[in-house]
Amino acid sequence: MILKNHKWVTYALLWILPLIFLLLFYFYPMSSILKISLERSQRGWLNAFTEAFLSPTTWQVLTFTFWQAILSTLLTLLIGLPGAYLFAHYDFRGKSLLQALLSIPFLMPTLVVAAAFNSLVGPSGWLNIAIRQIFHLNSSPLQFNNTLVAILVAHVFYNTAIVLRMVGDYWSHLDPHLGQAAQMLGANRWQAIRRIILPLLSPAVAAAALLVFIFDFTSFGVILILGGPRFATLEVEIYYQTVSLFNLPMAAVLCLIQLGCTLALTLIYSRLTKRMSIPLSLKSHRITQHRLTTIRSKIMAGSLIAILLTLLILPLAALAIRSVTRLVPDRGQMNDTSSGFTLDYYRQLGTSHRESIFYTSTTTAIGISLGYALATTVLALALGFPAALALSRQAESPINQGMDALLMLPLGTSAVTLGLGFIVALDKPPLNLRSSWLLIPLAHTLVAFPFVVRNLSPALRSIQPRIRHAAAVLGASPVSVIRYMDLPLVGRAALIAGAFAFTISMGEFGATVLIARPEYPTIPVAIYRLLSRPGELNYGQALALSTILMLVSCIAMLLVDKFRVGGIGEF
Amino acid sequence: MKKELIYFILTVAIIMTACGQAPASPTNLNPSPRKLMVMTHDSFLASESVISSFEKANNVKLQFIASGDAGAALNKAILSKDNPFADVFYGVDNTFLSRALNEGIFDPYNSPALKDIPSQFKMDPQNRALPVDWGDVCLNYDIKYFSDRNLQPPQNLEDLLKPEYKDLLVVENPATSSPGLAFLLTTIGHFGADKYLDFWRGLVANNVLVVNDWETAYRSNFTRWGGDHPIVVSYGSSPPFEVIESDSPDTTPQTAVITKDGSCFRQVEFVGVLKGTKNRDLAEKWIDFMLSTTFQEDMPLQMYVFPVNPNAKLDETFQKYLTMPENPTYVSPDDIANNREAWINAWTETVLR
Repeated sequence: MILKNHKWVTYALLWILPLIFLLLFYFYPMSSILKISLERSQRGWLNAFTEAFLSPTTWQVLTFTFWQAILSTLLTLLIGLPGAYLFAHYDFRGKSLLQALLSIPFLMPTLVVAAAFNSLVGPSGWLNIAIRQIFHLNSSPLQFNNTLVAILVAHVFYNTAIVLRMVGDYWSHLDPHLGQAAQMLGANRWQAIRRIILPLLSPAVAAAALLVFIFDFTSFGVILILGGPRFATLEVEIYYQTVSLFNLPMAAVLCLIQLGCTLALTLIYSRLTKRMSIPLSLKSHRITQHRLTTIRSKIMAGSLIAILLTLLILPLAALAIRSVTRLVPDRGQMNDTSSGFTLDYYRQLGTSHRESIFYTSTTTAIGISLGYALATTVLALALGFPAALALSRQAESPINQGMDALLMLPLGTSAVTLGLGFIVALDKPPLNLRSSWLLIPLAHTLVAFPFVVRNLSPALRSIQPRIRHAAAVLGASPVSVIRYMDLPLVGRAALIAGAFAFTISMGEFGATVLIARPEYPTIPVAIYRLLSRPGELNYGQALALSTILMLVSCIAMLLVDKFRVGGIGEF
Repeated sequence: MKKELIYFILTVAIIMTACGQAPASPTNLNPSPRKLMVMTHDSFLASESVISSFEKANNVKLQFIASGDAGAALNKAILSKDNPFADVFYGVDNTFLSRALNEGIFDPYNSPALKDIPSQFKMDPQNRALPVDWGDVCLNYDIKYFSDRNLQPPQNLEDLLKPEYKDLLVVENPATSSPGLAFLLTTIGHFGADKYLDFWRGLVANNVLVVNDWETAYRSNFTRWGGDHPIVVSYGSSPPFEVIESDSPDTTPQTAVITKDGSCFRQVEFVGVLKGTKNRDLAEKWIDFMLSTTFQEDMPLQMYVFPVNPNAKLDETFQKYLTMPENPTYVSPDDIANNREAWINAWTETVLR
C-alpha cells in the first residue's frame, strides 16, 4: 500500500511540469480563442455547430482530408519501411551521410519544399526544360502542380524521414536471434518476418504511422501551394474561414473537428499499442548490423537507395542547382537559351539593398534560428523527459493514456487558431507575451514535444524491469537506477529526440510567421519575405537561403550521428 | 528522489526565465524614450534612416508588430481590441476596411496632413482610417512572348476571351490570395455583379489556370520565369520592379501592364489610431509622419506602393517604367464586406467545379 502511494506521487510529480506547460501555453490559449470565436456567432454557439455540420463543404473537406492522409501514410510506409530495414540491418560506407541527407526533407518549411518541386517538375523545372528542349515543344509536357499526385509525392517526401528514423532506429536494436531462432524451428523467411519481426516492430511502426498520419491530416502548405485551389484540407479551410472571411464561429467548429479526430486517432493508437509494449533486450549495432556482402543484398541496397534519393533528394538538389544558375538568361525564356552558372545570389545575401529596417543578414538569421532551436531543444527535453518516464512505467494506466493523447493535440491544431489564441490569452502580466520573442520557442516546443516523448518513451519502456529489480534488490536507490541504468540506455534516444526538437524548430514556418518579431526573423521567415517580392534577385536569394537552410540541417543531423558514436547510448 | 527534485527545480527555473520579458536593449542612452507600438502586416518596410529620424525627433522607440498577412494582422487587432497591445494599426486595405470599421478598432483622427490628400483616397468620412498608400492589381504580360509570335498583347479584360489568348492566362484564387481577390473585384466592378460570372465562364472556356498564391503564379507559371503562361495577375508596379530588382538595372523591361478600360483594381492601404491607446499624442505624430513627404517618398522603393500625398516625388527609374492605369475599377468597401463570401463562393462554383 505504501509502495503504491509512493508510485502515485512519483507519477504526479513527473506529469506536473508537462501538464503546467500544456495548460498555460496550449489549453488556455486554445480554449480562450475557441470560446471567443463561438461567442461571436450571432445566433448562439449551438447554431455555429449546426451550421458547420449542415454545410456540404464541411463534409467534402473532411472526406478529402481523411483519404488523402490515409493514402499518403500508406505510401510513406511503403517507401519508408524497406528503407528502415536497410538502415537497421546493414552498415555501408557513407551511411551516416545518407541518413543525414534523407532527414533534410522533414525539416524544410513547405515554402522551400514547393520551390524544390517547382525547380524539378514545375512548369519551369529542370525536367520540363529538358523535355522541351529535346522534343522542341512549346509548352511544358509534365503537369505536376495542382494535382493529387503532387500532394501525395510531397507528403511522402516530407514524412519518409519519420519512418526511417523511428522504425529504423528501433529495428536496429532488435535481437536478430529471435528471427533466426524461428527459422531454425522450421519457419520460413516470410513466416519469421510476419510472426516474429512485425509484431515486435509494431509499436515503432504504429508510432511512426500515427505521426505521419497526423502530419498529412493537418497538411497546409503542401495542399495550398502544390495541390492548388481544387483541394482543401480542414487546415486550409480553417485558414480561409479565419483570415479571408473572418467567420470565426465556423473556423472554431472546424478546429474542434480537427482536434477531435486527432484525439480519437491517438486514443485508438494507444489502445492498439497497449499490448505491444513488450520489454525487449535491445542489442548493440555490432550484433544487428552486417556489411553488404552478397550480390543480392548489394542489388537490394542499391535500388532502395536509388529510390530514396530520387524521391527525397533530387528535388532538393534541383533547388540547390537552381540557386547557382542565372534564372533569366539573356532576356527571354528558358527554352531558348542555356543558363549560366552564378554565385550572385549568394553574394547578394550579404548586402542590404535599401537600408530597410528589419534587414537581417543571412548569418544573423541563421544565428536567430539556431538560438530559437536551442531554446526549443532544452525546453522540449526538459518537459519531455519526465513525461516519457511516466509513460514508460505504466503505459496502460488511464492517466498515462489520457496524457499521451493530450500531448499529440498541438500537432492537430491549426497554426492560425493557436496564433490568435496566444494573442487573446497571453495578454496580461505576468504572462503578457503577445509581442514577445518567447512565443516562438514556446510554440516550437508544443510541436516538438510529442516527438520527444515518442522517441524517449519506447527506449525507456524497453528497459527490462527484471534488471531494474535486480539492481534494486542489490541495494540501488531508485535514483541510482535512473542514473546508472536508465540514463545511459536512454542517451541515444534523448539525442535523437533532441535532434528532432532542434530541427523542427529550425524549419517551422506556419506558426512562426504569425508570431515572429519582424526584427528577429528565422531562416524560413526570411525566405518567405524574399519569395513574396518581384524581381530576379529576390527569387535567387530565396533559393540561395533555402540551400543554406538545407546545409545547416544536414550538418545538424550529421553531428547527431557523430555524437552517437562517442559512446553514449550504444547498447 | 533528490535528483528528480533537482530536475524539477531546474525545469521550473527554465520556465520561469522563459516567462520573463525580453531584456530591453541597453543602447538607448536618452532619458527614457517612450515606446510606440505599431501593428502591421509582414510586407511592411521602411528605411532605417527614415524611422530613426522620427524616433530622434520625438524621443520615442518604435516597435513594430509585423507578423502574418494583412488579413491575419487585422484579425489580431480586432481580437485584442478590448486590451490593445499596440497604439497604431497600419495596413488595412479597402477590401478589409469595412471589417475594421465595423469592429470599431479605430478612434477618429483628423490629421492636418489630410488636407493635401485627394478625396478619392479618403474612403472613411469619419477619418478613423486614414489613407497612406495605393497600388493597382493589374494583368502583367511577357513582352517577348508576344513579340516573338507577332501577336498583339490583349488590351483589356474583354480581349482575354478571344481565341488567340487561349491557354495564356494564370490568375490567383480569390479565396486565398489578395491579388486574386482584387482581380475578381475588377471583373465584378467592370462587368457588374450580375454579369461577371459570364465573363469567368468565358475565361474557363479559354483555359484560364487558377493557382492559390501570387508566388506560384508569378514564379512558376509566368513565362518570364520559364513557365507556360505569358499573362498573369500581378501588380501595376511589378514591371518597374523587375527592372530595379535585377542584376542590370538599366535594361529594358521584360514585362508590361494591361491598363485600358478599367482592367485594374486599386488597393488603398489605411492607418488608424487604435482605440484604447495610452499614447494618443505619439500615435497622432506617427500618423502625421506617415503622411509626410519623408515617409511617403520612402515607401515606393520599400513596399512597392505609391504615395497618397501628391507632394511626394517618385523615384526616377520607377517613373520611367511605370504605366498608370486608366480609370481603375472601383468597388465600395461596404459592398466588398457584404458580398465577399457570396462572390467567392459563386466564383468557386463557376470556375473550380
